[in-house]
Amino acid sequence: MSQIALWGAVELGLVYAFVAIGVFLAFRVLDFPDLTVDGSFPLGAAVTAVLIIAGVNPWIAAGVAMVAGAAAGIVTAMLNVRFKILNLLASILTMIALFSVNLRVMGKPNVALINADTMLSPFFGLGLREFYVRPLFIGVLVLVAVIVVWRFLESDAGLAMRATGANARMARAQGVDTNKQIYLGMAISNALVAFGGALFAQTNGFADVTSGVGTIVVGLAAVIIGETLLGARGILIALIGCVLGSILYRIAIQLALSTDMLGLQASDLNFVTAVLVTFALVLPRLRRGGAA
Amino acid sequence: MISVKNIQVVFGKGTPLQKQALNGVDLTIEQGSFVTVIGSNGAGKSTLLGVLAGDVLPSAGQVTIGKTDVTRKGTAARAGLVARVFQDPLTGSCGALSIEENLALAAKRGEARGLMAALGPKRREHFRERIAELNLGLENRMGDRMDLLSGGQRQAVSLVMATLAGSEVLLLDEHTAALDPGMAEFVMNLTQKIVSERKLTTMMVTHSMRQALDYGHRTVMLHGGEIVLDVAGDSRKELQVEDLIAMFRRIRGQTLDDDALLIG
Repeated sequence: MSQIALWGAVELGLVYAFVAIGVFLAFRVLDFPDLTVDGSFPLGAAVTAVLIIAGVNPWIAAGVAMVAGAAAGIVTAMLNVRFKILNLLASILTMIALFSVNLRVMGKPNVALINADTMLSPFFGLGLREFYVRPLFIGVLVLVAVIVVWRFLESDAGLAMRATGANARMARAQGVDTNKQIYLGMAISNALVAFGGALFAQTNGFADVTSGVGTIVVGLAAVIIGETLLGARGILIALIGCVLGSILYRIAIQLALSTDMLGLQASDLNFVTAVLVTFALVLPRLRRGGAA
Repeated sequence: MISVKNIQVVFGKGTPLQKQALNGVDLTIEQGSFVTVIGSNGAGKSTLLGVLAGDVLPSAGQVTIGKTDVTRKGTAARAGLVARVFQDPLTGSCGALSIEENLALAAKRGEARGLMAALGPKRREHFRERIAELNLGLENRMGDRMDLLSGGQRQAVSLVMATLAGSEVLLLDEHTAALDPGMAEFVMNLTQKIVSERKLTTMMVTHSMRQALDYGHRTVMLHGGEIVLDVAGDSRKELQVEDLIAMFRRIRGQTLDDDALLIG
């Protein structure tokens, strides 16, 4: 694997670290199996791309993308909380609807961002090679996200959210409005995923309506790989695990696809993903089985 | 103070399984009083506790805790007034959080929760002191996950959690029923100590007639969703478990066939 390919994988892993953290919030903290992300990721990309083309500042465009993602999360939460639709099904309904919404937002299936100013543009002229600048820049943003989410989850408000996912009855007895927590958690989760989508559009130079397919699997893969490697040792370690898992996942995919010996091609991506996630799921069991 | 007036609770209304769980219950518990509630399965004692906690909203009647009418308020909305220890140790605390995180959660019961770190050094020290009072050695395990603790330890911590934030009333829902006899005694002694030290208005639901008579100032017996016995003071002091059973038979005019009620 070439150095450019390696740094490319790291960059993509960092972009998807936002997805991983969002998925961690929904699946692990709130215990809400949320497939909305398959729609909110391309939603973030679409909103950013359209706004940037319209001349909006790329940072503001990414901010609006986060708001759009949060709105998607709130819709899923409302279907579940207010209308009592099963959480998984509620998220699938939002995801399906978002496919059409994303097409409406872009007006076509694909929007190109070639030559447009992005959040990264100011950093390209500073002497560092482009394939370093991108992962560095996104890495800093990921670091900020990890710290903010970590401090939040260890605050009084964050404890209320964690209790909601872990023991809703106890949370209510402690005065936590668990419905409100689900709204808030789903909004934050999908805002992070949409921000990932916004970064994806800006680093890859396009937004595509199909780019959301399998986002949830990639996010879950990152979360699970992180847990497998670092174990359950508190919030900060779990968040670092999400980031690490996301990067390692991309490198593993890159390795699998670039090794001629295996004879794999780009179209085998989804199969390789499934195999990798299965491995990450089975590995902890095998280790425990071996020890016993 | 707790006051419930003419409470009606019907489960499964309009279905073949319709059940009148509480039928016109009137009960006033004065400030600082410790009341024990007994009754056979299905007598309505858990429902009564649920009505006070907010889990069950009555179809008629009025519930007042302190000076607040809470009849239509849900569990979370009235949590600032109600501290509670559940029967199942797994329900009352959060297994996935550490001991000190559980305490931090409980310390803010019924209050707004902000973005400040939940575990500052001051709070940590305060929690440590409170847990050290239990003499269970848990003060050295404050960072351990709650699900590493035994049922008895969890109930003991739950009792501490119930007293971290102020409340008008402490509700104990058969909180020793799931424990072994030794641990049950420990938790009951701890309960007695906490309730008398803090002069808490307390309602304890129990399956054990012995507990019902040994602890508290007043004993209420429920049957079929109604209060059938309400004793306090001297007449209660002279009361034995056998008397209670006899009284129960007389009031209801039927034989007692529920073994659970007889467990001393």
